[in-house]
Amino acid sequence: MTEIIVVTSGKGGVGKTTTSASLATGLALEGKKVAVIDFDVGLRNLDLIMGCERRVVYDFVNVVHGEATLKQALIKDKRHETLFVLAASQTRDKDALTQEGVEKVLDELTKEGFDFVVCDSPAGIEKGAHLAMYFADHAVVVVNPEVSSVRDSDRILGLLASKTRRAEKGETPIKQHLLLTRYNPNRVEAGEMLSVKDVEDILGISVVGVIPESENVLAASNAGVPVILNDDSNAGLAYKDTVARILGRELPLRFIEPVKKGFLKRVFGG
Amino acid sequence: MGILDFLKRKPEASAGVAKERLRIIVAQERSTRGGPDYLPLLRNELLEVIRKYVNVDVDAVNVTLDRDSGHEVLELSVALPEGKPATSA
Ligand SMILES: Nc1ncnc2c1ncn2[C@@H]1O[C@H](COP(=O)(O)OP(=O)(O)OP(=O)(O)O)[C@@H](O)[C@H]1O
Ligand SMILES: [Mg+2]
Repeated sequence: MTEIIVVTSGKGGVGKTTTSASLATGLALEGKKVAVIDFDVGLRNLDLIMGCERRVVYDFVNVVHGEATLKQALIKDKRHETLFVLAASQTRDKDALTQEGVEKVLDELTKEGFDFVVCDSPAGIEKGAHLAMYFADHAVVVVNPEVSSVRDSDRILGLLASKTRRAEKGETPIKQHLLLTRYNPNRVEAGEMLSVKDVEDILGISVVGVIPESENVLAASNAGVPVILNDDSNAGLAYKDTVARILGRELPLRFIEPVKKGFLKRVFGG
Repeated sequence: MGILDFLKRKPEASAGVAKERLRIIVAQERSTRGGPDYLPLLRNELLEVIRKYVNVDVDAVNVTLDRDSGHEVLELSVALPEGKPATSA
């Protein structure tokens, strides 16, 4: 059975593409056959984060319109045999994707024996975001500890529970996973940032993972190597834990306690 | 705290404020979710009218639409401020 995971948020720029890339790579590391699809029509980005931008020939819209086969458009990851990327189209036509077209591609991926399809949603609650979530079995709702992001994620949770195929057909609801990213425990301790518990209380759902704010994320995107592949990075390790939890393993949260400053920093600040 | 920290301005502990604001707005938006688009507007107009007479909080008015075996019930509830029993005008 193929499981479809949408990575969504409402608010833009919170870390959906970063998360999609690491989640897909992490699932492949676990031996799963994975396709990751960029639904951000007009703003292709996932290819850069995955490091395959120079190998994009055909894209998602080409497949939907029958201009290329799925096989031609799927880009095989350089590092992992079982990982494939489907790039977004650069077209400005926002109606290039249709529900039937998306369904056709997902059905074909199912027939090809993929274990997971990760859908990187565009920001907002418009058509693109709707199409990315419509067929999903799991949703990873990416949220930052910040007021507008938390509010938007509550709206997205509402849409997931009402405007998706599972909801419309009255099937078992989408499994919702809340992923708190760009977390800074020191700022939380100083009372400057919402805590894990604050966000869980407000939204009434517990987190599947907490990804710390990390400079390694920028370095990873610079290099085109998803941060989950960096074992020296807390963000990478936190993504690994998150993948394990989505696969059903129980692990305690890490990196949510403040880092004590060293002596010099205590004296000189910083 | 470092010596230099005394010279830097300390940012406010604002997370508590954020949490309280979010708690209220999320509850409010959930209560009108899935209903017709006019519900939030209706709620705000009701709030304005009520505030002409009683000084209630912005989150004091709750409007929900329930679907109940065939018919719909529009439910309004208004929480009056504590300690001030409504006086007959
Ligand atoms: N844990 C993190 N630590 C530091 N920076 C991060 C972290 N996660 C994401 N970022 C940065 O935040 C920015 C936005 O990330 P990303 O592109 O993944 O967001 P997005 O939700 O996909 O945005 P959009 O809504 O535009 O598609 C990037 O510059 C990324 O490097
Ligand atoms: Mg993105």
